[in-house]
Amino acid sequence: MAQKAIREYDAKSILAKHWEKYFPDFTYSYETVLVKSGDELKKISKKSGWLTSKSLVAKPDMLFGKRGKNNLVLFRDSKPGDVSLQKAASWIDEKADAKQKVYFDFDGDTPRGEPKEDFLTHFIVEPFTPHSQEEEYYISATCVGEDDVLYMSAEGGMEVEENWDKVVEVTFHINATEEEIASKIQANIPKDVAVKDKEGFAKFAIGFFKAYRELNFAYLEINPFVMQGNKIELLDMVAKLDDTAGFLMREQWGNVEYPVAFGMEEKSPEVLAIEDADSKSGASLKLTVLKPDARIWTMVAGGGASVVYADTIADFAGIEDLANYGEYSGGPTTDETAFYAETILDLMTRKKDAKGRDKVLIIGGAIANFTDVAKTFTGIILAFEKYAKKMKEVGVRIYVRRGGPNYEKGLADIKEAADRLGLYIEVYGPETHVTDIVRMALEK
Amino acid sequence: MSLFNKDTQAIFWNNNSSAIQRMLDYDYTIGREKPSVAAIVAPTSASKFEKFFWGGDEIMVPLFKTTQEAKEAFGNADVLLNFASFRTAYDVTMEALELGGFKTIMITAEGIPERLARGMNEKARELGVTVIGPATVGAITPGAFKIANIGGTINNIINSKLHRAGSCGLVTRSGGLFNELSNIISINADGIAEGVAIGGDRFVGSVFIDNLLRMQDNPQVKYMLLLGEVGGTEEYKVIEAVKSGKITKPIIAWCIGTIAKYYDSGVQFGHAGASANAVRETAEAKNQAMKEAGIYVPNSFNDLPDTIADVYNKLKKEGVIREIEEPKINEIPKTRRNKNFVCTISDDRGEEATYCGYPISSVATPDTGFTIGDVMSILWFKKRYPRWAVDFLETVLKTVADHGPAVSGAHNAKVTARAGKDVISSLIAGLLTIGPRFGGAIDGAAKYFKHAHFHDMTPAEFLAYMKREGVPIPGIGHRIKSVRNPDLRVNGLKELAKATFPATPLLDYALTVEELTTSKKDNLILNVDGTIGILMVDMWRALGYSEEEIDVFIEAGALNAFFILGRSIGFIGHILDEKRLAMPMYRHPWDDILYDVHLAEDMKV
Repeated sequence: MAQKAIREYDAKSILAKHWEKYFPDFTYSYETVLVKSGDELKKISKKSGWLTSKSLVAKPDMLFGKRGKNNLVLFRDSKPGDVSLQKAASWIDEKADAKQKVYFDFDGDTPRGEPKEDFLTHFIVEPFTPHSQEEEYYISATCVGEDDVLYMSAEGGMEVEENWDKVVEVTFHINATEEEIASKIQANIPKDVAVKDKEGFAKFAIGFFKAYRELNFAYLEINPFVMQGNKIELLDMVAKLDDTAGFLMREQWGNVEYPVAFGMEEKSPEVLAIEDADSKSGASLKLTVLKPDARIWTMVAGGGASVVYADTIADFAGIEDLANYGEYSGGPTTDETAFYAETILDLMTRKKDAKGRDKVLIIGGAIANFTDVAKTFTGIILAFEKYAKKMKEVGVRIYVRRGGPNYEKGLADIKEAADRLGLYIEVYGPETHVTDIVRMALEK
Repeated sequence: MSLFNKDTQAIFWNNNSSAIQRMLDYDYTIGREKPSVAAIVAPTSASKFEKFFWGGDEIMVPLFKTTQEAKEAFGNADVLLNFASFRTAYDVTMEALELGGFKTIMITAEGIPERLARGMNEKARELGVTVIGPATVGAITPGAFKIANIGGTINNIINSKLHRAGSCGLVTRSGGLFNELSNIISINADGIAEGVAIGGDRFVGSVFIDNLLRMQDNPQVKYMLLLGEVGGTEEYKVIEAVKSGKITKPIIAWCIGTIAKYYDSGVQFGHAGASANAVRETAEAKNQAMKEAGIYVPNSFNDLPDTIADVYNKLKKEGVIREIEEPKINEIPKTRRNKNFVCTISDDRGEEATYCGYPISSVATPDTGFTIGDVMSILWFKKRYPRWAVDFLETVLKTVADHGPAVSGAHNAKVTARAGKDVISSLIAGLLTIGPRFGGAIDGAAKYFKHAHFHDMTPAEFLAYMKREGVPIPGIGHRIKSVRNPDLRVNGLKELAKATFPATPLLDYALTVEELTTSKKDNLILNVDGTIGILMVDMWRALGYSEEEIDVFIEAGALNAFFILGRSIGFIGHILDEKRLAMPMYRHPWDDILYDVHLAEDMKV
């Protein structure tokens, strides 16, 4: 996926790094730290003096919002704005110690839907900024359809969604010039912005939108930011980057990480290894493990075909039986295919099926345009040779369907290898409908 | 209108030889006259062309360093196949849009930064250029033109009836499924009339509706098949067009990714463009909405073949689709061998051998009007030069034919002949001396004077420049001849040129340089080598060659070649002279050698 969420801390760091360029008329103190524990916070406080001299705000920084409504923002001990370093450190340890329930949806202040439960691992700590409600503003930008849209509101903070009718939306064409953008923003400053702030708000919004465009953000939101004359505080931020621009933005983004969202399973070492191989290859290698104990595993060539196979398995067997989703394409080398196949065979032969059935391996694909089928199958055969014993222990039936350059040889080779290794295999070419092997595998 | 026709030609950016070969195999199979790839842009290649098979034979496709050069040479090629990587694909497209003259640009790279892709697509839209991709395998107009790898191998193309126009207009996102559907359509109907895989990235240039609207206007297309995907709202534009009557031809459609509803957004199914952000964007919702709009939607992907057969048979019954007469196809030989040599000047395969298309008998005898200079011009430069240029070439040959027995080459030839060697050994011994010090001034004079003149250096600047380079000016200076005692050979050449050349700008420039050098020393005149080199450049300029083309001649050593050819006449004369005189073995006398020999020192380390 091209759009990846980043931590609030990283979002602020990126803006801070380019502050002078986009917001030359404003100051931002960039007093913010990211820690995993109370101890770490105390250690950092020796370097960042403000942690001991100022009262603090602490909250988890794990890609989810509505932290206030989930009671996960620490800004008061006995009264607002009195949180000491000691208090913040102990609160972080307390919250990190046990799994926390987080709701993602609220009706007013009442949680709606099921919460997710997981450990909190990352916290952002900043100074408490005393300010009035009137100084809080909302701004965000993203791409809608073909255009960029800038959202601005005088009502910042937790209630922006309830007050969405007060948000001004301004739409910009992708190739709009800086002059067009500036004049359109100036003409659309929300009515409710305080008169004294109007000019500053426009300047800030122009810089914000420029930063959003030039730094290749896919989504950028500050809610709220506090404007006190030329002093800006970024109280809360949400951001996504277009990671396809990574090669252009190495310098601008710095060392940004793409964390897994709260409540989502951490990526397994196998998935990480495939991601790593994918990033180093001109070909495409993708793997998502859905249910590691499930019965049907797929090794499908091509982005479109892989979806069609998944659809068909869901139609015929239901998703409970589907163990993984993935695809390889773009002419991977024999080594790359072997590695990909070994990873899947390793995962699928760890346990027997709970109901004692055979496992099913679907080696599918449409008629390739340029991928040499025999070459990729050579990689799969190498993996068979390595895992044949385990495959027989667990009980694996293999169904192959593929067409394209050199497919006759590829199909003959894989059949010969499976027979030689004593593996159950059925092999089909382009004369068989692409997804028909799913039906055959499940009818047996 | 169709995207491509049988005359469409492309410029292929990146020398992806297997994809290009697939295109040329397709061209040959369907009987195209011209290859579909006119030129290749290969920025880092040093070659001038690449060889490809054309059936069992081979042809050359020219290579260029930049899109601009390729486009200048092949203005009619209005398709750019951009096979640059995701890092450079954007720049290549933008440059082509700036250059203009491209109707269609196909981009294969996956993962171009979204903001760049959006800007690029928008710019193309403004200019009315159709962008196919990014992240696509391309498009095809069967029987006319196919992009790169689409359709796969030639066997698969014929099996899937992609070698001739059928009735279906096919639009997909995925490239692999495009192929699969072509196959399904060929089994259940009569193949496709035009097909486009629009590409898997989130932002692609031409979207479903753009292609379907074009197909609506293409009389060859009788019905359309749209394979959509979960995510995005592009299918709704198609629904709108059907409802508003903009599209009246039957559409069969299916959106893949029905499984996505079971998982939250953490699982990315298929392409970057395929992720549903709202119920409206799910495959189910889109399939349902399309069905309601009267589009033919099967119950599952597995049922798609039946739907295609139903629609096709219905249209056939109604007489909308007629029986297709299968065309003859040219078969590509099973085994093909690369040719190790290329020849572009003569051919000995026919009745009579030819020089650049002229049978030898048509240039040999005096009545043909061809002189030796004409033959040189066609065999050396592949053009028949006008009389004044041919006369000049012959004058050069005659002028350099000999310069007495004492010069190093003639001396070597004589010594070798006297050692009892044959004509060829003796001639080679003589020729081997030709180089930077003997005869090579022609090349050098042409090169440096041309450079100075091209850069508008004054004679003083040119002298200073050569001093900095640390080279004496080639073509200036003579051992004996001087201003007062001019070289009559030089005078002859100058007068001929003045009388017959359309213009002699470089000679005029060289004479101003000579004025300066002879003011320093009397014998620093423009010598015969210099005059020849400089006049050659004037001749080529007058014949309309570009500065770059002339540089290629100089680099290839074409100027020295005149000296080599001319002087061989003299060398052979000297060799025959020795043989005739039956001169004995030559031994150099001792007293003509300064002997200064010492005992070799022992080295101790």
